[in-house]
Amino acid sequence: MTDRAEITKTWKLFIGGAYPRSESGRVLPVHDVNGHAGGRAIAYAAHASRKDLRDAVEAARASQERWAASSGLLRGQILYRLAEMLDGRRAELVEAVRMGGRLGRGKARLEVELSLDRIVSFAGWCDKLESVMGGRNPVAGPFHCFSQIEPVGVVAVFAPDEHPLLGFLSLILPPLACGCSVVAIPSASEPVPALIVSEAAPSSDIPAGVLNVLTGSHEELVPVAAAHRDIDAVVAAVPAELATTLQVGVAENMKRVRLIDPQAAFMDEDGWNDPRAFTGVTEVKTVWHPIGI
Amino acid sequence: MTLSKPSWEYAPAPESLKVDIAPEYGLFIDGAFRVPRSGRMFATINPATEEPLAQVAEADAADVNDAVVAARKALKGWRKLPALERAKYLYRIARRIQERARELAVLETMDNGKPIRETRDEDVPLAAAHFFHHAGWCDKLRYALPTATGADPRPIGVCGQVIPWNFPLLMAAWKIAPALACGNTVVLKPAETTPLTALRLAEILQEVDLPRGVVNIVTGAGATGRELVHHADVDKVAFTGSTDVGRAIATAVAGTSKRLTLELGGKSPNIIFADAPIDQAVEGIVSAIWVNQGQVCCAGSRLLVEESIVDEVIEKLRHRMRSLRVGNPLDKNTDVGAINSRAQLERIEGYIRTAASEGATHNSVSDAALPSRGFWCHPCFFTGVQPAHTIAREEIFGPVLAVMTFRTPDEAVARANNTMYGLSAGIWTSRGSKAYEIARQIKAGVVWCNTFNQFDAAAPFGGYRESGFGREGGRAGLAAYLA
Repeated sequence: MTDRAEITKTWKLFIGGAYPRSESGRVLPVHDVNGHAGGRAIAYAAHASRKDLRDAVEAARASQERWAASSGLLRGQILYRLAEMLDGRRAELVEAVRMGGRLGRGKARLEVELSLDRIVSFAGWCDKLESVMGGRNPVAGPFHCFSQIEPVGVVAVFAPDEHPLLGFLSLILPPLACGCSVVAIPSASEPVPALIVSEAAPSSDIPAGVLNVLTGSHEELVPVAAAHRDIDAVVAAVPAELATTLQVGVAENMKRVRLIDPQAAFMDEDGWNDPRAFTGVTEVKTVWHPIGI
Repeated sequence: MTLSKPSWEYAPAPESLKVDIAPEYGLFIDGAFRVPRSGRMFATINPATEEPLAQVAEADAADVNDAVVAARKALKGWRKLPALERAKYLYRIARRIQERARELAVLETMDNGKPIRETRDEDVPLAAAHFFHHAGWCDKLRYALPTATGADPRPIGVCGQVIPWNFPLLMAAWKIAPALACGNTVVLKPAETTPLTALRLAEILQEVDLPRGVVNIVTGAGATGRELVHHADVDKVAFTGSTDVGRAIATAVAGTSKRLTLELGGKSPNIIFADAPIDQAVEGIVSAIWVNQGQVCCAGSRLLVEESIVDEVIEKLRHRMRSLRVGNPLDKNTDVGAINSRAQLERIEGYIRTAASEGATHNSVSDAALPSRGFWCHPCFFTGVQPAHTIAREEIFGPVLAVMTFRTPDEAVARANNTMYGLSAGIWTSRGSKAYEIARQIKAGVVWCNTFNQFDAAAPFGGYRESGFGREGGRAGLAAYLA
């Protein structure tokens, strides 16, 4: 078999349910550092431009209301289906996680198992978040007053290099579970685990546009996301200077910005399976109606 | 024999309580009032008479620093106090506000210009209720926002809070009560035109022996607020006010670890469907836009009426508008009081001129006499308003209503959501299923179905989109003050 030439893959963007190349034509090399001094470019991934990001936001916006209007039960089944689809690709995921050289085989396997479990866990949140975080408000007057938990809308996610699969999923699952559409920019150096997720998305019945995945430079795309007026929230595990750029972008359209330490303990299951994960991607809507007239 | 035409005018019914107002007020720092290091004072006036009420200290950077240092020093003891002990202070504050309610209502009306009926029945009771409600949360935070370890959630630290002039005491309560309940300490800056009730609240804090430094109150204008927001030892900034200032604050805290919540402007829709109870809806329009002279962030300033009933609604609205009594805010029969300041009145008048010049039609009862002194604006509404008109897009913060129509529920939702804001909305229909479906589709933090402008300490309040982020009230409001 050694004579056979490998079929090296070019990973593409995932926008609006399709897999286009970057409109810019640029690509990023994907390195496998295991057993290769300095790493070896084993594949290429599209290098998204600001135009690709804007296109992805458009696709996300177009899909969001319908995704939000679908029942929590349905969203939960779709996310659970994502876990089912990815479970069959565990070996591939383990290899993809190992490729970056951060984790050995044992740790990579653990990362993949925790990742699949996290999908299952958040699938369960879809129809329970409101029971836990919303509810009837006991107001003093004769009113039926309740607070419902709603998705903020279109969310941009910048995932960390650390834990290229688990970190990515920990950031995209809360907005997806509550009914947001997501434009996710995974680790630029280790994008393959996230791209495998993007390939499983359509077959899990995640509607086109609800999850978009763009491989590209965080330095290049963070300022574009910060200034974009149709992004409602940003969840980002980025270094301090990029975090500040995002915070300045709040003034643009009052987008919600949730910053996460890139070194956060993503493997801590209790810490992540917590309704606080929905901070910044949900809104509380309080509805009043009189009683008795 | 000729019968004279009966007159149905109301006799004046002024509130008789006389409130003591000191000639000068210092800054409330570390449990005591003191003169400002700045050495500067400014006048706060009664907007209904333009008479000065008192001289108030203007805090500069050094004064703000003193207040933040006091709050930092007090933090350790306050957060370590057993939760139920902390609660008792908040209960005491609530009780003292209730006991001094009439005095606070009169003082608020004098400093702000809003009718005594509102301060007496809404502002002050709600402020007391806010402290009473949050007092009970102090020892229940671990159930409100459970942590993975089961430990009590931690306070954020020193909170810098900047509040507006439209509900001065109520906004102070909205800011201080949850902050204290969660174990934080506070530096509060009231608005420069309405500092007096916050300073009276400081007296109450002294009366209840609140540990010194837990709440500090620094008066001043925008420069004082900027000093507070920029102060390096403030852990959390909470601001209620205009979206423009909110943007500046968001920029100022970027790159710091400060936590931020913003409650900003609005251009809220009030939607009347043809199947609505029309008379109730007309009352709802009045309370949506003419309460507090329309100087309400969540005012229902865009009226969207289903086309088939627009003539009936406008006729009833015109009739109802004629019975609104504009004048002395201390008169118990007054419905519409004074605009808070000359600057605000000029801003409102500018919008009224712009609306007319853009082609909308002005509807008012402007022939009725207004007092010769003070800042007054007749309630009014504009018909023939297009969505692109300035008064359909920009927050006016005055008793000016823009009336537009729609044909289908989808069009109503599209028009309602056609704004950068998202603070509140009103929906009037007799069909429950329709009300809740429209409520779901509206992008706003508070939706009032067949009512408007209801507030409660137990009900989260706050905006979507450019109306800011974070909630005040209820369990969701606690999250803004916990680490």
